[in-house]
Amino acid sequence: MGFDFNVLWQYKELLLHGLMVSFQLTLVAIAGGIVLGTFLALMRMSRLRVLSALAGLYVNFLRSLPLILVIFWFYVLAPKIVGHPIDAYSSVLITFILFEAAYYCEIIRAGISSVKRGQVQAGLAMGLTHLNMMRYVVLPQAFRNMLPVLLTQSIIMFQDTSIVYIVGVRDFLTTADVVANSTNRPIELYTTVAVTYLVICFAASRLVGRLQRSYAL
Amino acid sequence: MIEMSHVSKWYSSFRVLDDCSLKIQKGEVVVICGPSGSGKSTLIKCMNGLEPFQKGEVLINGISVGARGTNLPQLRSRIGMVFQNFELFPHMTVLKNIALPQIKVLNRSRAEAEARAEQLLDRMGLKVQAQKFPAQLSGGQQQRVAIARALAMDPLAMLFDEPTSALDPEMINEVLDVMVALAQEGMTMAVVTHEMGFARRVADRIVFMDEGAIVEDAAKDEFFGTPRSDRAQLFLSKILQH
Repeated sequence: MGFDFNVLWQYKELLLHGLMVSFQLTLVAIAGGIVLGTFLALMRMSRLRVLSALAGLYVNFLRSLPLILVIFWFYVLAPKIVGHPIDAYSSVLITFILFEAAYYCEIIRAGISSVKRGQVQAGLAMGLTHLNMMRYVVLPQAFRNMLPVLLTQSIIMFQDTSIVYIVGVRDFLTTADVVANSTNRPIELYTTVAVTYLVICFAASRLVGRLQRSYAL
Repeated sequence: MIEMSHVSKWYSSFRVLDDCSLKIQKGEVVVICGPSGSGKSTLIKCMNGLEPFQKGEVLINGISVGARGTNLPQLRSRIGMVFQNFELFPHMTVLKNIALPQIKVLNRSRAEAEARAEQLLDRMGLKVQAQKFPAQLSGGQQQRVAIARALAMDPLAMLFDEPTSALDPEMINEVLDVMVALAQEGMTMAVVTHEMGFARRVADRIVFMDEGAIVEDAAKDEFFGTPRSDRAQLFLSKILQH
């Protein structure tokens, strides 16, 4: 039996579109996850017990569940809550943001905690308000400290987006699977998907490694 | 100018400050010394509200540090503080370190703040270091930048928390020289330090602390001549031995 990689060329537009869907899911989930995660982190670190308990509950709850379960669960539950059908793409996108925010929250919290207490004291002693002290003194250092971990989590997220297969969203893997079935060329297509993920993730993690080294003063 | 009365502080059941009262007049230089763990740093950090306390009162020019309605950022902006570990902001250049608080707290323009920063750096002999990052400077240089950063706010008084304890011996003097000059210019200063040479040169009063309490508060000559408490005598004999 021979390999025929011509099918890739034949279906290139479909496959590229699938890859773009994967990228889009990843980027929107990262952005949403970081924003929500920052709020959760600030809540968890709040002196108000109610806020920190609520955020803690949310984070620990979501981090204890498999992603695939949350995707399924939200997919069947969300339409019942809002009262009308929700398309699969929106459903997984919201799920990813809610789910990833729990992980980003812990990364951001660790980043803020990594800034020395003396820096906080110095900022306050200069007369900066709490908000300005966070903004100009703590957060820039926190973000710098957590950037490598944040990016690593985002690479994992990119791989995890392939789970949307289970609800039929046409991301890269799902598209490849559809093409594989209709052309009966599964080996060529799965290999291509594997190599693509490998190249993207490897390049991204090398970038993270370089960032880490350039930060190690 | 700085007036502490009956300040006590607990970490859960452990008492770190025990009924401390202390007055610092305008232009006075007060050195606070004592064994480690005696509460010196905590005491000085109560003066600008960095450490909360449960009992007593601290007044800065008549304004209560611990009171609920007090605008702490505004109060702190007029009290300079220098830390043991410098605490320069590592992600900013030396110039920005000194300029940023002026811009954000005193609402000075950037040009104005940078001019003031450069003037102070020049005075510290650090003008050429303006564009460097703190990590590129020696400890002594960093501490002088930290002093410049505090002075840029035109403070009414300066608090020093063991400013030379983290420095290599050969760098201690360059920092002490700056502090001596400040004292001679009439700056109001509270200095936590073990540098008894500095105390002898510029201090008006010495406050000796032990186990969270102010054991002795005496004029310099009196303190070095005949300290009244046994604890202070023992402490002096230990640190002045060599």
